[in-house]
Amino acid sequence: MSSILMHAPALVIALPLLAAFITPVIGRFNRKAISWFVAFILGLTLLLTLLIARHILSNGSLIYVFGASEVGLTLPSGYTVPIRIIFHIDGMGIFMGLITAVVSFLAAVYSISFMEQHSGLEKYYTLLLLLATGMFGMEFTGDIFNFFVFLEIASIASVALIAFRSTLFDEPAEAGFKYMVVSSIAALMVLFAVGLFYGQYGVLNMATIAKVLQFTHLDKIALILLLTVLAMKAGSVPMHMWTPDAYSEAPAAITMVLVAASQASLYALFRVAFSLYNVTLNTLTVGWIIIILGVLSMFIGVTMAIIQKDIKRLMAYHAISQTGYMLLGVGVGLAVLANPVALEKFGIKAMEGGIFHIMNHAMYKGLLFLTAGALFYRTGTRDLNKMGGLAHNMFYTTIFFIIGAAAIAGIPPFNGFASKLIIYESVYQFNPLLSIIAMLVSILTLASFVKVFHSAFLGPKLEQYKSVQEVPKSMVVAMATLACIIVFFGLFPDLIVKYIVHPAVMALINQAQYTATILGGM
Amino acid sequence: MNIGLLETGSGYWNALIWIIVTVVVGIAVLWLRSKGEEKYKKNTNQTKPFLSGNPEVSKEDSHVGASHIYWGFTEALKKYYEPLVKLHTGDINDYSGWIILMMAIIFIIVGVS
Repeated sequence: MSSILMHAPALVIALPLLAAFITPVIGRFNRKAISWFVAFILGLTLLLTLLIARHILSNGSLIYVFGASEVGLTLPSGYTVPIRIIFHIDGMGIFMGLITAVVSFLAAVYSISFMEQHSGLEKYYTLLLLLATGMFGMEFTGDIFNFFVFLEIASIASVALIAFRSTLFDEPAEAGFKYMVVSSIAALMVLFAVGLFYGQYGVLNMATIAKVLQFTHLDKIALILLLTVLAMKAGSVPMHMWTPDAYSEAPAAITMVLVAASQASLYALFRVAFSLYNVTLNTLTVGWIIIILGVLSMFIGVTMAIIQKDIKRLMAYHAISQTGYMLLGVGVGLAVLANPVALEKFGIKAMEGGIFHIMNHAMYKGLLFLTAGALFYRTGTRDLNKMGGLAHNMFYTTIFFIIGAAAIAGIPPFNGFASKLIIYESVYQFNPLLSIIAMLVSILTLASFVKVFHSAFLGPKLEQYKSVQEVPKSMVVAMATLACIIVFFGLFPDLIVKYIVHPAVMALINQAQYTATILGGM
Repeated sequence: MNIGLLETGSGYWNALIWIIVTVVVGIAVLWLRSKGEEKYKKNTNQTKPFLSGNPEVSKEDSHVGASHIYWGFTEALKKYYEPLVKLHTGDINDYSGWIILMMAIIFIIVGVS
């Protein structure tokens, strides 16, 4: 193993973290260089993540023990439990890491032009780097207290970024405040759950907790706390109300990263349910709780989206709705986890659909938020009632919007269709009604995006937008990259499922493998 | 060769085949269209929209705004939408309340299961 690969898990965190503190220094000398520097750092992080992904997908999990004489030494001589902070990156962790790496890099590229006219760029980019650090940490760590720390880093950076455009106590500040309150509640509950584990078992390593967990009353309380607040952070109905506020007020590139940050919480929810508790809990009951949260999110999210007039609020409600699909797919997998026949027959496929949808959603919802940002950049409004005829002047943005909208509505041959099809077919075998609701939600999603397309892009040129031009190149490049990923995933979904999604699902299901990687044959 | 062939659990999906079929159907539709009637007079009443005999409004005034789209849908579902919209108060106290309420519900369900 090359030394770069050996230390890549630490470098993925260290690079953006160190760059976050170097950025203001660079800003003192050359304001314009900040954006390029951050894009370079996040590009480098993406390369490192790809390197880790290649290693994990061919050789299995990657372990990084901080402070040990060897990076893979989980149990020093004489110890029966891990005492150091360990990064434990398996198929699921790197799946999420890839999403974070792509999205944060493209956010930086998009921001080169999008944020050019804004003041306080050094703060903006420092916070973006810290947000990326927090998300990577949440996805890579194998230590539950360390997870709490990274959750806090991501949350605090997110709060500041949501309120970034605030001039006084206006809407972005209010949205940032609301996100701060709900994030604080989440962080407190996570910390409380960590305390319950540590108080009982005296360990913080997740694999070790999974090994010794007895599902006591305290473990049940920890599960309830984690399940609720992580579902809330993922934007699940009825705890979703912070989402439209935060997503609509944050700068467009940040909204795209916030979607991925919410998915990092969703990942943590799945990690807790599968890797930490697995069959020790009543999987059918907890699986149904996740399924019901998913169905509520799908339906209420999409019906609330249809009546919105603010383009980003509308898209935010769709983000809630799409999270429902992920909860549904993975919830079905959890519900049948203790039933090997059903798990083999449709449970694994349902999970593949749900997990594949996480990646697809990050790509097309990211693209849609960037197109909304492009419209705002040129028109200065998010109000769909004030838009119209923009397809005449913004050709590329229009094409990218069509691709994103078709993908989210589940129209073939785009990526959203592939993951939704897997969800429909596998969930149907569990409960046909759930599958029918999922299809109905897709139809409503299409209707909603037809509304956006008609309102913003179609119709004659409006007088006030006659001089509007296409957005600058860096914004087009970011959108084009996401559009290409969407088309590629749509044309070759088998490759993505086989090489990235299936290993992620198996890493979640196989708790014995998860614990054995850290604890060996104990 | 199975490039692009996705196993969905109950069947298969191949986007490449779908594209080929779409292109073939598209060509067939265009061919059928080319066989249609061409003898219409351009720039006469034959090519103008007919709006129940009323004069056509200018293109700038004919664009339907976002608020008016799906008016019938939302009007028909008024009883669903009114309470749903009311629940979205925008008040952070309510946001926190929903978290606590959900925690309590999940506590009861997991507790008794």
